Amino acid sequence: MSASTYNRAAAAPPVGRVAPAPTSGRRRKKGRGVQLSAGAGTYVLLGVVIVISLFPIYWSLVGAGGTNATIAHVPPRFYPGANLFHNITRAFTLIDLRLALINSLVVATTITLSVLLTSTLAGFAFAKLRFRGRNILLAAVVATMMVPPQLGIIPLYIMMANWLHWSNTLAALIVPAAAQAFGVFFMRQYLITALPTELIEAARVDGASTLRVYWNVVLPVARPAMAVLGMLTFMAAWNDFYWPLVVMTPQNPTMQVALSALDSGYIQDYSLVLTGALISMVPILVVFAVMGRQILDGIMQGAIKA
Amino acid sequence: MAVLAEKASRGRRHSPDPADRERRERGRWHRLDMKLSPYMYIAPFFIIFGIFGLFPLLYTAYVSLTGWRADTDGSQHDFVGLANYSRLLHDQFFWNALRNTVAIGLLSTVPQLLMALLLAHFLNYRIRGRTLFRMGVLLPNVASVAAVTLIFVQLFGRDYGLINWLLTTMGLDRLDWQAGTWSSWIAISIIVTWRWTGYNSLIYLAGMQAIPFELYESAALDGAGRWRQFRTITVPMLRPTILFTVIVSTIGALQLFGEPLLFNVSQTPTSGGSQHQFQTMAIYTYDQFWSKFKYGYGAAISWAMFLVIVIIVLINLFLARRMRGIEAS
Repeated sequence: MSASTYNRAAAAPPVGRVAPAPTSGRRRKKGRGVQLSAGAGTYVLLGVVIVISLFPIYWSLVGAGGTNATIAHVPPRFYPGANLFHNITRAFTLIDLRLALINSLVVATTITLSVLLTSTLAGFAFAKLRFRGRNILLAAVVATMMVPPQLGIIPLYIMMANWLHWSNTLAALIVPAAAQAFGVFFMRQYLITALPTELIEAARVDGASTLRVYWNVVLPVARPAMAVLGMLTFMAAWNDFYWPLVVMTPQNPTMQVALSALDSGYIQDYSLVLTGALISMVPILVVFAVMGRQILDGIMQGAIKA
Repeated sequence: MAVLAEKASRGRRHSPDPADRERRERGRWHRLDMKLSPYMYIAPFFIIFGIFGLFPLLYTAYVSLTGWRADTDGSQHDFVGLANYSRLLHDQFFWNALRNTVAIGLLSTVPQLLMALLLAHFLNYRIRGRTLFRMGVLLPNVASVAAVTLIFVQLFGRDYGLINWLLTTMGLDRLDWQAGTWSSWIAISIIVTWRWTGYNSLIYLAGMQAIPFELYESAALDGAGRWRQFRTITVPMLRPTILFTVIVSTIGALQLFGEPLLFNVSQTPTSGGSQHQFQTMAIYTYDQFWSKFKYGYGAAISWAMFLVIVIIVLINLFLARRMRGIEAS
């Protein structure tokens, strides 16, 4: 397993494997569950839930637009002040948020591309190619998803610091996360049903090598699953906290490490802390706004996939 | 595919003899390709996992048997046997961390999953704008632990926090959330619950949608109301999904790190509060190996933590089986 902290979002899709849905065998088409229509009470309740879900994120915007004085104001003000851009400028000059943003973008993007490559390759092999030891190796992949990544963090740090001399470099964040068991299993589960075996056989009869099959047949079919896996991986890498905190320093931070430095108690400026929190969430919120529907579908389909 | 077809037709244009040889050669190449390629495709994962996943795991076991300290040269060869583990048994801070972790785990997981189940039930009604509602409940889960915790630290602030302001407007006393044992546990549990309830409700919702509609129809014919249907159909049918979420949440809760670490606004974040009242096992490990340079002892704590996770997951599975047995009889 990668060094990234245990990610429950990423762990969801194998649910069916751990616990097959009781209806398997006569499974219903998706979306044909209970469809009682909702009463006004349901809307009110869901509305309250949504407000609670959104409020802390909105509150970071309120705080980021204020000053310590407006935050301490009684009764509290619930709208953003006019200080937003001033605070953003201050946050960028006080700590190296620019470097943190660039580091996080480079790390999350590289990990995502690498995970997509390694997962589609291995997922294709496990789903559609026959080879000796396939089942045992697949079981090994699944088993590695169960092991808490925190268990190996001290030796991993020793490796980075004493042997590879990678501490405080981006390689220490990228390389261990470049291939992940979850991604392999996720792609395997997708390809085993989405990729018709006849398609591969037809290509093979034409004399195509497996690599050509991978490129011309597998990748186009895998695209929707790659979109979901890519977003889940990007968000997990962006939000990863424990390992970057261990191996990076505030002089070369990721966004999350920079945030923890903001919280260290040396800076008692709430508007600045909330500005940092807000800035760190912007890329994720953008991804979520654009692709949230696919993420949603990915999580929900993964949950019932056997 | 077009490329493949073109290649095949080009092969046919050759005269029979070289074409035969070519085919034979290609056949050999093809067989080799079929035999070796699968291993090459899975190799990147296994190499990276082997070096950065499996090896550190096993090496932790070795490190835990040494008196390795980062600040003492040569101490990595200082083999101490099980001394770290026997020390662990008498380490009050370890037991304190275990207690805190389990308490916060229970406080954050049990209400969370119950609420997620209810929320899923309501999300399962035919509602207008359902995608928006679903995205809304998922939103807390995509925000990072660090950002979310910093925001909640402000909300739980002793002097200017919104939550204390709410308490005072209701005529209650303000709380120093970090200072108390229960108050810090509750505050941290609220952060965890806020981040994960919506996510788990979507997992339940997916499970609910796989339940055959006829079950509800016949229950309705028998005069069962919605609440009764929820208890007698939805919950039993969801049992495997519920078990899955319980186990995954348990594993996550036992490794809780970012929330309690950043919830501590003092100069020594790894202390887990003035009385270590919210120092979790993960923070204690971090404190020992990162702040106190004790690699050997930290590794022993890691293994103990893994053991605790395995035991608690097994207890979960055992309870789940017992409950199923009771229901069947």
